[in-house]
Amino acid sequence: MHNYTIAELVKGLQSKQFSSVELTQHFLARIRQFNDQYNAVITVTEDQALQVAQLADQRLATGSAPALCGVPLLHKDIFCTKGVRTSCGSKMLDNFIPPYNATVVENFEQAGAVMLGKTNMDEFAMGSSNETSFYGPVKNPWATDCVPGGSSGGSAAAVAGRLAPGATATDTGGSIRQPAALCGISGLKPTYGRVSRWGMIAFASSLDQAGPMARTAEDCALLLNCMASFDDKDSTCVDREVPDYSASLNKPVKGLRIGIPKEYFSEGLHPGTEAAVKKALTDLEAQGVELVEISLPNSDLSVPAYYVIAPAEASANLSRFDGVKYGYRCENPKDLQDMYCRTRSEGFGEEVQRRILIGTYCLSAGYYDAYYGKAQQVRQLIEQDFVKAFADVDLIVGPTCPSPAFKFGAKGDDPVAMYLEDIYTIATNLAGLPGMSVPCGMVEGKPVGLQIIGNYFDEARMLNLAHQFQQVTDWHTQAPEGIL
Amino acid sequence: MTQDRLNNCNSQAKKMIIKREEIEKLATLSRISIDEKTITDVSERLSSVLNLVDQLQTANTDSVQSISRPFQVSQRLRADEITESNQRDAFQVIAPATDNGLFTVPKMID
Repeated sequence: MHNYTIAELVKGLQSKQFSSVELTQHFLARIRQFNDQYNAVITVTEDQALQVAQLADQRLATGSAPALCGVPLLHKDIFCTKGVRTSCGSKMLDNFIPPYNATVVENFEQAGAVMLGKTNMDEFAMGSSNETSFYGPVKNPWATDCVPGGSSGGSAAAVAGRLAPGATATDTGGSIRQPAALCGISGLKPTYGRVSRWGMIAFASSLDQAGPMARTAEDCALLLNCMASFDDKDSTCVDREVPDYSASLNKPVKGLRIGIPKEYFSEGLHPGTEAAVKKALTDLEAQGVELVEISLPNSDLSVPAYYVIAPAEASANLSRFDGVKYGYRCENPKDLQDMYCRTRSEGFGEEVQRRILIGTYCLSAGYYDAYYGKAQQVRQLIEQDFVKAFADVDLIVGPTCPSPAFKFGAKGDDPVAMYLEDIYTIATNLAGLPGMSVPCGMVEGKPVGLQIIGNYFDEARMLNLAHQFQQVTDWHTQAPEGIL
Repeated sequence: MTQDRLNNCNSQAKKMIIKREEIEKLATLSRISIDEKTITDVSERLSSVLNLVDQLQTANTDSVQSISRPFQVSQRLRADEITESNQRDAFQVIAPATDNGLFTVPKMID
């Protein structure tokens, strides 16, 4: 059952080929069997899942069940779940049990989905390898001595390892697309404002966006149909009709103009990754798309701009963790300052502390204009590069990340080397554009991701291209050894 | 290009190190205590990141408007009305320390 796609599971549930309780039990058993190996799931909500599955079966029996009724899913542990611990991968929130659901979680509840549990992640979504989690690193199911990517590494590894057919994730600088690429699955970061951020623990509010992970583009469309909604509670959520993303998957792609940014094929790109991406471009060309070389001249400034803007916003967002109203508090504080300082030093890990310090530096008197002001201007330049490019092309395609999954510890001592992991993904967050990654090859037995970037709110066209690519390739059907 | 920048950052990192006093000031502003033993490591790693970030200075941004969020949509405003019911009990259950409906912290005033 774990090899079915979500689209197949929906049909199987509706035709009573299997029940939601059977399906849920099956995936819970998979989590029990494999989670020691992958460390992908932090919290398993077994009792709750089986209760929801029973209700789903009752609704399915009536023949009027909602879209994802009875489908088991995992949620990244960044989404608040009422009554279920939401740790954000941090000691700071190890004891945090939210009294409310994030809008994304609520949407899936309304659609009848069954939450199996919460997935591991880099602490406060800050990381590209999942090594910063308080709960230990997630292992890549393709090579357990390698990272799964991050920050949504738990969601990606769980989907790749068939512990769930789909999962929610978030992307601030590449945190959906990079782990999707490294784990050989499909993942989509929507346009900023397409999905509500309410109840999603904030890292960098002008960049954060939630999106789906699944094995196929078709499944990502099904999940996005449910995730995307207008939400009054998120003031940056855009009030715009949500199209049926499944409806346009089968449109012919012949004649689409695809921009290939020359800057994404420069030095630093692994030759095996480059070869796989170029082969994918040939496959797309054979389907009738027109490849057009484009330039995004300010791409090289995206990582520096991001590492001012994201830490600056993080330093403000994370000031709420002070040991007063929820989360961790240090033992026996001698006074209020001591409580703040020790709570935050003991509760946050090294990378989170580093980003708070960088953000504080960039926002402090005397440095604000040189760093934060300048980064915001560069953000405009990066956005304008894309606006110009999309005047001529329908979509932009390139590699998701510079190389396949690397070994644990390989970039541990050098934050800058780790930050460059997101060199091809960060610019879309700065511009607020949608992007996705689909598997397009293998290098040294590890998956390679193809990134598809769309114009604002053009997720349907990205999914269309990705789905058509998956009709003529089988990378998305491949599985790590020993899990089938 | 990527590799050039990385090399550039690494070579610059050797030249520029944030001073100890600056790290201490940042730690105070951030309400984070930094262990004396790790202060050199913290300083080196922050310097490495700030050298990367310094690449921004190469960009010509004369007459470029700064943006703080994508596609500059204005944030919606709503009427100043109470929209949430009082959930004090639900929130106090998850607090580290409460007393009689209040969140308690170490004594500040004698």
